[in-house]
Amino acid sequence: MSEGIGASVQRKEDKKFLTGKGRYTDDINRAGQVYAHFVRSDIAHANIKSINTKVAAEASGVVAVYTGEDIDVGGPICGWVVPNRDGSATHEPPHPLLAKGKVRFVGDAVAVVIAESLQEAKSASELVEVDYDELPAVVNLETASSGAEIHEGMAENRYFDWELGDEEATDNALNSASRVVKLTVRNNRLVPNPMEPRSALAEYDELNDSYTLYTTSQSPHLTRLVLAAFMFQIPESKIRVVAPDVGGGFGAKIYVYVEEAVCTWASKKIKRPIKWTADRTQAFLTDAHGRDHINNIQLALDSNNKITGLRVDTLANLGGYLSAFAVAVPTYLHGTLLSGLYDIPAIYTNVKGYATTTTPVDAYRGAGRPEATYLLERVMDQAAREVGMDQAEFRRLNFIPKDAFPYQTAVALQYDIGDYEPALDKAMEMIDYKNFENRRSEASKRGKYRGIGVSSYIEACGIAPSAVAGALGGRVGGWESASVRVDPTGTITVTTGAHSHGQGHATTFAQIVTERLGVPNSSVELVHGDSDRSPFGMGTYGSRSLAVGGVAISKAIDKIVEKSKKIAAHLMEASADDVEFKDGKFTVAGTDKETAFGDVALAAYVPHNYPLETLEPGLEETAFYDPMNFTYPAGTHIAEVEVDPATGVVEIVDWAACDDFGNLINPMIVEGQVHGGIAQGIGQALLENAHYDENGQLLTASYMDYCMPRADDLPSFKVGYTNTPCTHNDLGVKGCGEAGAIASPPALINAIINALSPLGVTDMSMPATPQKVWKAIQDSQSVAAE
Amino acid sequence: MYSTKYMKPNSTSEALDAINSLGEGKFLAGGMTLIPTLKQRLANPDGLVDISGCDLDSIADEGETIKIGAMSRHVSVAESAVVKKAIPALAKLAEGIGDRQVRNRGTLGGSVANNDPSACYPSAVLALKANVHTNSRSIAADDFFTGMFETALEEDEIIESISFLKPTKANYVKFPNPASRYAMVGVFVAQFGDEVRVAVTGAGEGGVFRHQEMESVLSSNFSADSLSSVNIVSDGLISDLHASAEYRANLIKEMTKRAVV
Repeated sequence: MSEGIGASVQRKEDKKFLTGKGRYTDDINRAGQVYAHFVRSDIAHANIKSINTKVAAEASGVVAVYTGEDIDVGGPICGWVVPNRDGSATHEPPHPLLAKGKVRFVGDAVAVVIAESLQEAKSASELVEVDYDELPAVVNLETASSGAEIHEGMAENRYFDWELGDEEATDNALNSASRVVKLTVRNNRLVPNPMEPRSALAEYDELNDSYTLYTTSQSPHLTRLVLAAFMFQIPESKIRVVAPDVGGGFGAKIYVYVEEAVCTWASKKIKRPIKWTADRTQAFLTDAHGRDHINNIQLALDSNNKITGLRVDTLANLGGYLSAFAVAVPTYLHGTLLSGLYDIPAIYTNVKGYATTTTPVDAYRGAGRPEATYLLERVMDQAAREVGMDQAEFRRLNFIPKDAFPYQTAVALQYDIGDYEPALDKAMEMIDYKNFENRRSEASKRGKYRGIGVSSYIEACGIAPSAVAGALGGRVGGWESASVRVDPTGTITVTTGAHSHGQGHATTFAQIVTERLGVPNSSVELVHGDSDRSPFGMGTYGSRSLAVGGVAISKAIDKIVEKSKKIAAHLMEASADDVEFKDGKFTVAGTDKETAFGDVALAAYVPHNYPLETLEPGLEETAFYDPMNFTYPAGTHIAEVEVDPATGVVEIVDWAACDDFGNLINPMIVEGQVHGGIAQGIGQALLENAHYDENGQLLTASYMDYCMPRADDLPSFKVGYTNTPCTHNDLGVKGCGEAGAIASPPALINAIINALSPLGVTDMSMPATPQKVWKAIQDSQSVAAE
Repeated sequence: MYSTKYMKPNSTSEALDAINSLGEGKFLAGGMTLIPTLKQRLANPDGLVDISGCDLDSIADEGETIKIGAMSRHVSVAESAVVKKAIPALAKLAEGIGDRQVRNRGTLGGSVANNDPSACYPSAVLALKANVHTNSRSIAADDFFTGMFETALEEDEIIESISFLKPTKANYVKFPNPASRYAMVGVFVAQFGDEVRVAVTGAGEGGVFRHQEMESVLSSNFSADSLSSVNIVSDGLISDLHASAEYRANLIKEMTKRAVV
């Protein structure tokens, strides 16, 4: 069986993960290790009048207690900024490692207690006395601008006020439209909930004056860069960052958090290794949350039901501090996607990002693109209903035609390739769209409301072309690195700057090597997650690992093949130009000469017969790849639901997903990503919600109240594909990690509205809990009765 | 959790001696509520008296009743041939509590003594006219539950077993809280000849309660349709993040209808 590109090779990493043998940060222990516990604010917004650590410092087992006043290095930085409409810059208030003078959300770290045992650290933490002067909490996004000042000198609690697109052209389109469809939607706030909570273990080496930080990171090199260059201002070579097995991230583990930085800083102070691991409550309170937007949408249609313009005014809740990529999420990862897969001549969007006294908000699976897709696919449905068109046909009418690529949108992006109708057709066929009304009638006889919902989505993945990111306010590059080392026996070690925390890189990346070099999958070893062992890389987020990191591996293999051909030519006494390489064998055109890849590898390391005058020995190459453009996965998901009017329970009875991810390397892993993404989207649409009370207390801070999707909440998914290979990378791949989470929420909400539309229901907010659905049915009946 | 003393006596009398030797000791049954509370440092007892060694886990058919030891794990009740034969609704209830891990640890006595307003078991105790046997007395179900997390138990009283009266017919239907999967509303309906008892859990501000109006309607006509005319008032029902009192009132009626089959 093939183990190359396109084969569903079983995941190499599953054995250790499924048998509980993964080695996570918290599994690592160092001699002399002590434990950190953070004293956290239980008030959302307050001035700190005083902190008394004296009693705690003298408690049993305590090694040290520090507050913000003790810390002499900087805090987390902002990795992306945007210009304001008036030309001024994004407001970037300081985020100290431990609160200085003020706390800005429940969970804000005020002090750290380090002790011989975790229990002693926790007990001593209770002895730290913090005297607060409470200030009004700012919780409501819509009124945040008139709330109490959160950051000194930051007017109206606004971090930024950004715009994109042609306002005049868009307003003209709205003014001259034959119909303007208006809708306001809210994208509910989510808590990421990776299975493994965040953890850090920091160790200081006195002899080298250097640090090693083991941490739960999706991007260990970036963590090293930020810690060394921005926070500690020491040479990067003095910090090694290791992200061993990491149990899921979903975005929340991209950023450098205060806890890992404090542990690193303190490890030098006390000259002992320090471990910190979040419990689930701390994860709820301090992992960067996701989403939390309010969008006011206006869609202009002409008399033929073609879209002529779109205006979206968005409020984004970014929480008490500006997290690393918080600014990018509602702006360049959101505003630029507002054309969806539709031909929209004029688009304008304004986004205002606000501080509130809640947990910081940042990228979460999809990051901006689910919010853009949700608002667009909701208003598309609303428009189809208003003009009386079938929801699928209304979309088809407005799709960018397949001969229009490359397609320049009205919001900065240029889509290189796509063909949207086949995915729509296939999804409709998979779910038997044409016979839906029969199923609706049949369900109605059983007393159930049945509905069907369509969501056609596009996303910009393969983050990111550096020049574009830089021009748009990004402060980092978007390339990825790889090195491919051929061992003397012909086995391969690949190192990558991408980081696998569930994605299956060890398998997928090996398949690229297998395909290109003809070596068995089992002969390929992947090294990642250690800043000392792999070339500088950008990490894993934004569905980039394959589309950028995988292509970097392919580029490094190109170099290996090129050099190998020269070695093979020498061995076969031929010209390198005449050497061909296929299926692991070098041949000379027009002869029966051949040399195996393994023989070339051996010759490179045992160069007894080798062109040493013109060629270096050894066979190891590194490549850095910076993409020319984003990749644009797209597709259509269709959900079918039945609503029980007696309880409001929504049962998902069918789901068809047809995605265009370009070429697939491992279809089994891709299908798993689609399943996981849809599950996460269903979580957002039906179950999950981070709910704060008016005092800024997170009421859903445990699994007793925060509802994660479970297996029995999910249907079996029908998964299909179309393929328009990406035009600008060697593998023709686009990325698949986020698609499910992007496509699914509007499909589900549209299906619920469709189910209830015979009752006159036209709106449903996320999460569509049984109570909310039941209430909508009750309200529609009382309206009908009046 | 705070450090605490752990004791594991071999009989209820030893357990009482143990608890009396402590200032603020706690009995530990399955620990499904107590252990998480301790882990979050929300309780600081000076000792835990684990009663899992006190031989309180037998299940027996005693003719008119089924007597279940207080330390019987939920899984034991769910899988008991005796329970399944005599009161299948009780086995079904036990099978629906929590998840596999919880069912392997959680106990009947722990659940009933804790009287969590969202727990399933109190509804069965109330509907099945159970008698709660402690080390010193027997308490009728109607006298046992005295309010949310409150029972008639004294400080030094241990539930040893509970006798459930075999019904003619019974059923338990719950609407789980989507997040915790505790009962947001759970209804236990039990028919004893002409008498019907309907106990509701998950919904009452005072914990589990009997719904007398539905009981009398069902006593005269044991059918789901007969409930249509019943008006469930939302006064006194829990209103929280997940369900308003009004929605709970709707669920009480709906779950009761589904239990009457």
